[in-house]
Amino acid sequence: MNIKVRQEEIIEEFGLLEGDLEMSINYLIELGDQLAPFPKNNKNDDFIVKGCQSKVWLFAQEEDQRVIFHADSNTVVTKGLVSLLVRVLSGHRAEEILNEDIYFPDKIGMGRFIGSQRSNGFSAMIKQMKLYALAINIKDKK
Amino acid sequence: MTLTLKDQLDLTAIRKQFPVLDQSVNGNPLIYFDNAATTQKPLAVISEISRYYTEDNANIHRGIHTLAERATAAYENTRKSIAQFINANESEEIIFTKGTTDSINLVAHSLGGSLLKPGDEVLISCMEHHSNIVPWQIICEKTKAVLKIIPINDKGELIFEEFLNLLSERTKIVSMVHISNTLGTINPVKKVIAAAHKWGAKVLIDGAQATPHNKIDVKSLNCDFYAFSGHKMYGPTGVGVLYGKRSLLEAIPPYQGGGEMIKEVSFTQTTYNEIPYKFEAGTPNIAGVTGLNKAIEFVQSIGLDQISHHENALLLRATTQLSEIEGFQPMGTASEKASVISFNIEGVHPFDLGVLLDAKGIAIRTGHHCTQPLMDRFKVEGTARASFAIYNTFEEVDQFVSALSNLIKKLR
Repeated sequence: MNIKVRQEEIIEEFGLLEGDLEMSINYLIELGDQLAPFPKNNKNDDFIVKGCQSKVWLFAQEEDQRVIFHADSNTVVTKGLVSLLVRVLSGHRAEEILNEDIYFPDKIGMGRFIGSQRSNGFSAMIKQMKLYALAINIKDKK
Repeated sequence: MTLTLKDQLDLTAIRKQFPVLDQSVNGNPLIYFDNAATTQKPLAVISEISRYYTEDNANIHRGIHTLAERATAAYENTRKSIAQFINANESEEIIFTKGTTDSINLVAHSLGGSLLKPGDEVLISCMEHHSNIVPWQIICEKTKAVLKIIPINDKGELIFEEFLNLLSERTKIVSMVHISNTLGTINPVKKVIAAAHKWGAKVLIDGAQATPHNKIDVKSLNCDFYAFSGHKMYGPTGVGVLYGKRSLLEAIPPYQGGGEMIKEVSFTQTTYNEIPYKFEAGTPNIAGVTGLNKAIEFVQSIGLDQISHHENALLLRATTQLSEIEGFQPMGTASEKASVISFNIEGVHPFDLGVLLDAKGIAIRTGHHCTQPLMDRFKVEGTARASFAIYNTFEEVDQFVSALSNLIKKLR
């Protein structure tokens, strides 16, 4: 399933919630619960993406020429948010991750769910994931 | 039968004056508990801003036409109202600024810049808002003065003995918050001012959180400067006040240069205007100032005794009910406390509480509340904070605690 299809899947799921804020947040929390456990050794400042109030830990590794992302957060809402990105971007080739446009946040009205400050944090997460993909892509080309 | 203060308060009538409260947020009636960040505005304030632009708009002072006269009168009448509101000696001691932060920056720049010498000391407390920390750090760096911090105890109260020990002939300025925006602690500022004056230090009080709740009497306090904002006391944003003693305002240099603050200008020499105009460069927020006058009238129409009585009752009810929640960890339990309740719930991040309460239409604040050193002191990343105003009700407190309890069950 490519990045675009995964984004469409998320858009469809959130569409079923009809913009209900509470239901959407509860769904995000459920999704966050399903994230794979984050390796304890990596839960340090080297892997942190700092938001205004919450912390996100994020790292990537390459397996069979695919980028696998791992993420965690100290807040359940943010963990849900980053789980969406892991779902969309994890398991793809670095080049695909770099080239694909991430459009699902706007389509599911994420700004309305999470506010402008958190949207900035979300952009920082996307940027960090693309940077990981870039680093892996450069390494692969060497 | 003697009526108590609470009996006399007609909350329905008060709430009707705040149109913003009459709305649903995310499908629920709005409960606004973020009053320490900013209060909502009564119709009188909103209408005055509209009226000013509709009827009087003109640039103030120096204009000879009728509109300029009317605008100037509205502006200067507010100055008089504020002087009376805080019991200043005269309206010339009232400077209009953008807000508390601007007022503190003015004092740090003009007083600090002219007074401080290398090795001199500025004292602030551990519970200061960033706006009463950073301006002093900037001026201390410039002048090579030293910024010293007065510690607080675990209840969030100033350790007065430590403050006395820090005072010395090197202490030139003490700048302290009257009521902490994070802890709600009401500092014993009158005692602080008296002690600082014994060493010849000048004292600035940050009254941003105090003016909406308590009667301020700058003469009785004997503070040298007192700073506050309009928007935290039902007035517009972008307008604030700096009170300063005449002798000091006359002695210190201006903060900003421009129109209005001058007497005569040539390319070789400029002479400055008298106070308060010396500190009011450029066209001010005239509409905001006239709106602030209406906010003061609103506060006075209810009375600060009534306001603080009602808010204290809300605080007591919230504190009592929240204390029954397992894992409730209040931050700030001073014996003298205003209507701010800062807390954490064990095992739950305050950010999650804020997001989920918002989904229920309940507005609280989460995070460090611009007091990061205070968060470090209590070894927490942030807190959830509910803060009350005159229009809040006991029913809202009950609904807030009930919503919070339900969320916690879900999040744990």
